[in-house]
Amino acid sequence: MSKKQPKQIIPKKTPMPEQPPTERIRNYDEVPYGYTPEQAMAEAKRCLGCARPLCVDDCPVNINIPAFLKLVAEGDFRGAINIIKETNALPAVSGRVCPQEEQCEGKCVLSKRFESVAIGRLERFAADWEAAQGSLPIPELPPPTGKKVAVVGSGPAGVTVAADLVKKGHHVTIFEALHEPGGVLVYGIPEFRLPKAIVRREVEYVCRLGVKLVKDFVVGAAETVDELLEKYDAVFLGTGAGLPWFLNISGENLNGVYSANEYLTRANLMRAYRFPEYDTPIVRGKRVATIGGGNVAMDSARTALRLGAEESIIVYRRSHEEMPARAEEIHHAEQEGVRFELLTSPVAFHGDTNGWVKEIECLRNQLGEPDASGRRRPVPIKDSNFRIPVDVVVLAIGQSPNPLIPKTTPDLKTGKDGVVIVDDETMKTSKKGVFAGGDVATGGATVILAMGQGKKAAKAIDEYLKTGQW
Amino acid sequence: MTDETMIMPSSEDRHSKDPLEPGPVIVLARETLAPNLQLLTVRAPIVASKIQPGQFVIVRADEYGERIPLTVADWDREKGSVSCVFMQVGTSTYKLGKLKAGDVLPTFVGPLGKPLELDRWGTVVVAGGCYGIGSIYPVARALKEKGNRVISLIEGRSKFLLYWLDRLESASDRVLVATRDRSIGKSVDGPNAVKDLIDSGERIDRVIAIGCTFMMYLMAQATRPSAIKTIVSLNPIMIDGTGMCGACRVSVAGETKFACVDGPDFDGHQVDWDLLLSRRKAYLRSETHSGER
Repeated sequence: MSKKQPKQIIPKKTPMPEQPPTERIRNYDEVPYGYTPEQAMAEAKRCLGCARPLCVDDCPVNINIPAFLKLVAEGDFRGAINIIKETNALPAVSGRVCPQEEQCEGKCVLSKRFESVAIGRLERFAADWEAAQGSLPIPELPPPTGKKVAVVGSGPAGVTVAADLVKKGHHVTIFEALHEPGGVLVYGIPEFRLPKAIVRREVEYVCRLGVKLVKDFVVGAAETVDELLEKYDAVFLGTGAGLPWFLNISGENLNGVYSANEYLTRANLMRAYRFPEYDTPIVRGKRVATIGGGNVAMDSARTALRLGAEESIIVYRRSHEEMPARAEEIHHAEQEGVRFELLTSPVAFHGDTNGWVKEIECLRNQLGEPDASGRRRPVPIKDSNFRIPVDVVVLAIGQSPNPLIPKTTPDLKTGKDGVVIVDDETMKTSKKGVFAGGDVATGGATVILAMGQGKKAAKAIDEYLKTGQW
Repeated sequence: MTDETMIMPSSEDRHSKDPLEPGPVIVLARETLAPNLQLLTVRAPIVASKIQPGQFVIVRADEYGERIPLTVADWDREKGSVSCVFMQVGTSTYKLGKLKAGDVLPTFVGPLGKPLELDRWGTVVVAGGCYGIGSIYPVARALKEKGNRVISLIEGRSKFLLYWLDRLESASDRVLVATRDRSIGKSVDGPNAVKDLIDSGERIDRVIAIGCTFMMYLMAQATRPSAIKTIVSLNPIMIDGTGMCGACRVSVAGETKFACVDGPDFDGHQVDWDLLLSRRKAYLRSETHSGER
């Protein structure tokens, strides 16, 4: 036995209490309840406090993770949230939707032999603890600089930019095309995964800091970027990836075939799950098939269950291993009874005589050589056609940036799939005074990456406003 | 906190007023033009300053409301007002029909869609039915300004369902009227009136039709044999109106288009009308259900 007794390691994460699957598929409430203070302190104590913490490196906003975990372990929750908020404006959001297993938790040294520290759950705990303490104090702000910034889009990138710039004394206005701020956090991510009250709280806080929010305003239509530049000193484009992709196979325009954007927007933003209290309807399918294997597909398949589907099926062209969704989302979907038709590709949709989708015709695949994404390519098996009876289909196969702004901004350079080309460090676009970040610049990534890019952009915008140098 | 909490800007205003703060959308007037047909005029300075013929707005009547597209019938850039004509058919339009001056609309966003292509073509028939009678007024006006000979053609089941004849007369060289019961005009509907015009040897260079889907379909059928370019303003179900959801997809010349951003105006001879009619009916049952509350 060695003299230096190592810290006793608890191999598994402190479990997070959550709604049982059979109950939660009948409501729209959030699935995990969150840690109690005791659970949080116990979990935070599992951190080894590495001298060279790898977790921080893999966090897109570089939260000082060991420092905040130490304070949680000591019960100093105020101290913990203050550390998180030094670099992350939306911890209640990222604590819920970050793919931690690929970031901080994936790098946690514990994860080599045991389960990593539940960093995401602890981030969420600290943020929720703060919210429960009541309205947040407004920090002291520097005197107004007189510089004006227009932020286009109120999603994670836009809100991050706005928060950082208003704290530097700049006048910031966020323009939002929809009637509720939050971007994908309100139209895309369902209530049971990210309660809308959390998004609203975060946006309200940013407004209390002095940020102006103009809703129902479509930049590219009501005002072009060039017109904005006549009234504002800089423009940030955080317009997301709102253009849904379709498969371009026959029968795709049948009634009952939705893009995930439409399906989730109806359910979330328009609150169709509360129809007829809310006016927007949604087809409550009995057999719903969702095409795709990402988070959006999991959200759609789980939404279908909550809308009363007897069977909710994920149709994905590769195998379980290649699915791009977060492990937790796949796990939750499986727990709730979502069925997975893997190695399966739709080739056509067949309808009834009234124009409603009735069946998906599919082909079975086998895995071939890895493709450009590094994942093994699906290769269709000849004559393996079969049909899945359905009454609703949701296409969750990806999306790209909305072309409205690039089309009305001739000197804004775009690349593949209409992604706005930016400098990686400054988020500057090809157009002077215009910055971009988040999905509009990546083509579709994570909330936290959008926030990370928002932080970089805010820094560069502040620099630009001070020096005038492009 | 409820779902409906509005986010208000900071009460302590550290910064000057925002140059683009549009302010609330106040109802200036709402009147009944004909049974089931309503004219709504609101204060919407940004929409008023930018809107072009052919473009539309998305409206929500209250915090529980659907987002529905409405074509625009008139605007006043100086006063910052915009008017829409709509037919009361379901829950949302029923709610809109209850508004009175001074009420505030939670959402009135635009201008959306592409402006209608305008040029000097010669003689243009601008056909409207139902809410479209209002929508063709700014189109007729703009075409006239471009130097076209404008024939406005309006249709309805009966005389009492028509409106704005005086306005259309001021914006057109000629106004034709068609009624199903022939209470006014010689033809039974717009498409037949166009056929009659063609048969009478009238040279028509272009037809623009706005109204219910079936009227636009018939209009496209009426002009197909003589291959007169016929532009229709499609009205599928929409949600965001900015190309985000694809609810409004239509098939034109065999290609899927989003009516909200690629349209709403398309060549009527290339539209897949069966698909459009089928997709418009997708929520008929829900609409009835929602209206029965």
